[in-house]
Amino acid sequence: MTRQSATQARAASGPQRRVWPVMALPALALVVLVLVSLAIGKYDVSPGEVAAVILAKLTGTQSGLSTTVETVVWQVRVPRVLAGLLIGAGLSAAGAVYQGLFRNPLVSPDILGVSAGASLGAVAGIFLSLPVMAIQGLSFLGGLGAVALVYSIGLAVRGRDPALALVLAGVAVGALLGACISLLKVLADPYNQLPAITFWLLGSLASITQGDLASILPAMALGLLPMVLLRWRMNLMSLDDEEARALGVETQRYRWIFIAAATLLTASAVSVSGVVGWIGLLVPHIARMLVGPDFSRLLPASLMLGAAYLIGVDTLARSIAAIEVPLGILTAAIGAPFFLYILMTARRGWQ
Amino acid sequence: MAVTLEAIDLAFGYPRAPVGRDVSLSISTGEVLCLLGPNGCGKTTLFKTLLGLIPSQGGMLRLDGRDVASFSRPEFARRLGYVPQANSAYFPFSVLEVVLMGRASRIGAFSTPSASDREAAKAALEALSISHLGPRLYTAISGGERQMVLIARALAQEPDMIVMDEPTASLDFGNQARVLERIRALAASGLAIVLSTHDPGHAYACADRVALMKKGRLVALGTPAEVVTPARLKELYGIDVAVAFVEAAGRHVCAPSLTQVDVQP
Repeated sequence: MTRQSATQARAASGPQRRVWPVMALPALALVVLVLVSLAIGKYDVSPGEVAAVILAKLTGTQSGLSTTVETVVWQVRVPRVLAGLLIGAGLSAAGAVYQGLFRNPLVSPDILGVSAGASLGAVAGIFLSLPVMAIQGLSFLGGLGAVALVYSIGLAVRGRDPALALVLAGVAVGALLGACISLLKVLADPYNQLPAITFWLLGSLASITQGDLASILPAMALGLLPMVLLRWRMNLMSLDDEEARALGVETQRYRWIFIAAATLLTASAVSVSGVVGWIGLLVPHIARMLVGPDFSRLLPASLMLGAAYLIGVDTLARSIAAIEVPLGILTAAIGAPFFLYILMTARRGWQ
Repeated sequence: MAVTLEAIDLAFGYPRAPVGRDVSLSISTGEVLCLLGPNGCGKTTLFKTLLGLIPSQGGMLRLDGRDVASFSRPEFARRLGYVPQANSAYFPFSVLEVVLMGRASRIGAFSTPSASDREAAKAALEALSISHLGPRLYTAISGGERQMVLIARALAQEPDMIVMDEPTASLDFGNQARVLERIRALAASGLAIVLSTHDPGHAYACADRVALMKKGRLVALGTPAEVVTPARLKELYGIDVAVAFVEAAGRHVCAPSLTQVDVQP
């Protein structure tokens, strides 16, 4: 009891004063994991060499290291780490927004059918043997389409809690989209398309190119912008709808903005990495336990932890076995038990 | 600032599910209006309509002579505060953060609370003598404390009028009395207050005027002495109620007489 109240006092004391020590933890984790991830792999590179190569590339000088080392670090690992950074951060920020918006810490980007819609788009692209850019585009449209469908169903269901209606509509639409994906898998060419579809559905950073990153960067920035600008408003969105409106918040308008922003982040991430589950559910939880629910702290903490988490998992994915382990398998294998652990021990995060 | 909220022949509820109609009342600065009525008579729906949260279904509803529907949400929230029943808490915000949310209508969309907003939030806690709760987690305090925090949040809104939905529900005996005292003090400080309660005695304790509501209509409106009578309460709740002046308390109290539940041999 005393420990609990001490923790509470710490979590709540002065929204400003004690933020930075707490925020330092995710930041530190991120920096360390980036360096470790750049150094670890099939070809050994020391952290010092990693730093030397990056410094040389950024300043335009010569690192004095072999071309192989330079290529491995700069051409292979840096893009991959950047991809992990962007996708982990994006999925986590989206998760933090969805959880606040639906006042439910068990909600994640998957709940609104976003992931399922994006998956269906990509799987359809692979099925039709479209070029990579088209697959990404379809995936993106699928995600946005799914959330638009879910949202309009939610609006049509009147006289109920709007958040609950949305979540239930998301579950139903997600199931329907899942069925469509299964149908395409059955119809797909088992030697050519099916492995590609399966691999994509399990998620991977292996095939992400610098071009992919460049193509999703604007969408990610666009999605993140309203979250940063409206960071304090987001707190009010986690109140009951009528309560927030009585406090003077035009909830209808903001709900749209936040859903669109979070969906943009999710769909652009999923469109290049495939389905990487659990991050959007798990990371905002951990972030909330560290810095509390105030979104102006929760957002940066989620971004940093999400990036660190995905880079860490991806490093495992390419180093623990002779073959690449798909990310979706690892994130679930790590995420699910950890989530259950949180569920059973620390009720403080959601009450 | 002086304020008058006026309803004339107001119909309220939902398009295909009307709840009540013909409600006429007005509340002004410094006044406490208490709404009494059995469960399901439409008190909460009426309050939501008064607050502009659901559109009225007929009649007129005006704040200082202006149609309530014509206000933007922030504009309206700067005039009217709302204290809902303290039953939902999803995330572990600190009490101070919760009270700060009361400033929403005075903070720009892209801004975060300023130092003066923090001062206003702290002053609201101070006014209710609950400053010590500031750093505690809203999810970890008692129901009575939450109710006080929600009142503080409404005060931080700096409104001219506060609507309270059963502020004494789920409070223990002592906290009920404390909240009623606060309500009187707030009215004395120049706020208009509308509240609903399930205890007719509370009307004597804090209200200037009482409205009795049954099946979505007002059946009586007047001072406590005029309308909180045994006959009216029998009409309202279907039970015999004794209303008596208690000298030690300095006011009338209401107690149901339980004769009809005698156990049969």
